[in-house]
Amino acid sequence: MSPIQILIKELADQYGRRRECLLPVMQGVIERENYLSEYSIVEIAREMDLPAAEVYGTATFYSFMEVKPMGRFVIRICKTITCSMKGKNQVLFAIQDMLKIKVGETSADGRFTLLQTNCLGLCHKAPAMLINHTPFTNLTPEKVRDVLSDFMKK
Amino acid sequence: MGAQYQLNRADFIFKNENDWEEILTKILNQTPQDLINELISSELKGRGGAGFPTGLKWKVAAEAKASRKFVICNADEGEPGTFKDREILERVPYKVLTAMVACGYVIGAKEGIIYLRGEYRFLLEELLKVIEEFEYYLREIGQTFTIKVFMGSGAYICGEETALFESLEGKRGEPRNKPPYPTSSGYMGLPTVINNVETLAHTYTIFKYGAKKFYDLGVQYSRGTKLFSVSGDTPKPGIYELELGMSVQDFVHEFGDGDTKAVQVGGASGSLVPRKKFMDTAIGFSGKLTGISLPTGGSMMLFNSSRSMYNVLDNYLEFFREESCGQCTPCRVGCQQLLIGIKAVKRGDKPASYLDKLIRLTETMQHTAKCGLGQSVANSFSSIVENFREEMIY
Repeated sequence: MSPIQILIKELADQYGRRRECLLPVMQGVIERENYLSEYSIVEIAREMDLPAAEVYGTATFYSFMEVKPMGRFVIRICKTITCSMKGKNQVLFAIQDMLKIKVGETSADGRFTLLQTNCLGLCHKAPAMLINHTPFTNLTPEKVRDVLSDFMKK
Repeated sequence: MGAQYQLNRADFIFKNENDWEEILTKILNQTPQDLINELISSELKGRGGAGFPTGLKWKVAAEAKASRKFVICNADEGEPGTFKDREILERVPYKVLTAMVACGYVIGAKEGIIYLRGEYRFLLEELLKVIEEFEYYLREIGQTFTIKVFMGSGAYICGEETALFESLEGKRGEPRNKPPYPTSSGYMGLPTVINNVETLAHTYTIFKYGAKKFYDLGVQYSRGTKLFSVSGDTPKPGIYELELGMSVQDFVHEFGDGDTKAVQVGGASGSLVPRKKFMDTAIGFSGKLTGISLPTGGSMMLFNSSRSMYNVLDNYLEFFREESCGQCTPCRVGCQQLLIGIKAVKRGDKPASYLDKLIRLTETMQHTAKCGLGQSVANSFSSIVENFREEMIY
């Protein structure tokens, strides 16, 4: 068995193989792989005895379930109203400038993917972003450069 | 204006008393009927925004006959400008857990689920620790209630209760038709009470201090306190617990930066209140005596005169277009056409009168969309376009 098959089997053993266990299983794969490949989707479908189209359809409904390869660190910067008012664009330009990628792209070394997302629930500390699961708030171009420099060493 | 409102601060929810073992014992020593009566007489209404009376919800679920029932805590806080539920789960999670056990006891459910939005994944480890400790205590006192956390994966619509059930069942988060209501057919088609995080935290206050203490706060039809998430152009953004019923004027006096042009009450799906209406608008659930009242899930965003209301509306519509689940046509197509429409008016490709056509489109959406998302686009759209028409055009 491939490592992914083993992971999916472990997740299914842990959560179950009923339909209501599908999201936790997919989330478990994303935790490891950062995205759901076509191969993972087919293997999840096989393991849980569901049509692959159903699995794909469910995955693509959720904005935190990506079906194309992501970098090791996924940056999701909030673009909803308060963050946008509080200088999100300047922060975004600073990120793009530093990583040489645009929104939706992954850096050549596979380290960073840059995405925009809707309200993160951190409006009182706007602008805000997530890197994988970790929130960063009250961002400025200077601050975001410091944060990214730390991640570049990881 | 008959009534005079004022801003009254309160401090119940975040008061960290750590007395949950005592309160839990107090709750479990009362009969379910007593607890329901307590909640009904407190007149607590759902704090997620829709405002359904909580006591009634528990009562109906308690009367439903089924071998298995569920208590669900809705922590899919996605409304732009709302961040109170995160703070509750971070600072006083035991209040929410105690309330879930109380609800389970009242309605006869043994299973509780917290649906936590994917964006709040960073809360998970701490929350699981608290739950573990909590469940350990429950076993000690012979209670068999279990609490699980289910992670969302980034979908605003999953905050809608029936969409949340679909998501819990491992499907796309597409809202169901109502009725049947969750209290008779919710998660897995079984009777379910689904409450917002803040609503549950308020029941803790009520069970601790008694219904009267809660009822004495606020105004008629809008009893008690509410958490407000204050953001935007304000010198003091943050979370504040206030009595319901204040006027927007009083709110702005406290939180504005001296140049407040408008306040968005209730997030992108709420309404925009322009300066000239600050005096006449109260924050609370509407009733016969209260004049113009705006209910809110607690999102209060302030805009000062440097902000373009066109940009604000554009941002909201972009949000709705992305978050519309796509299941029903009025919402899926409507959100897209509204965005295309205001851009066309701004560019001058369409005449100003086209805005009236778009307002009629939002009215159609209000009547025909399947769930609250599509229905409520009309709120922000018409309140912004009607009050700031010139900003939409020039």
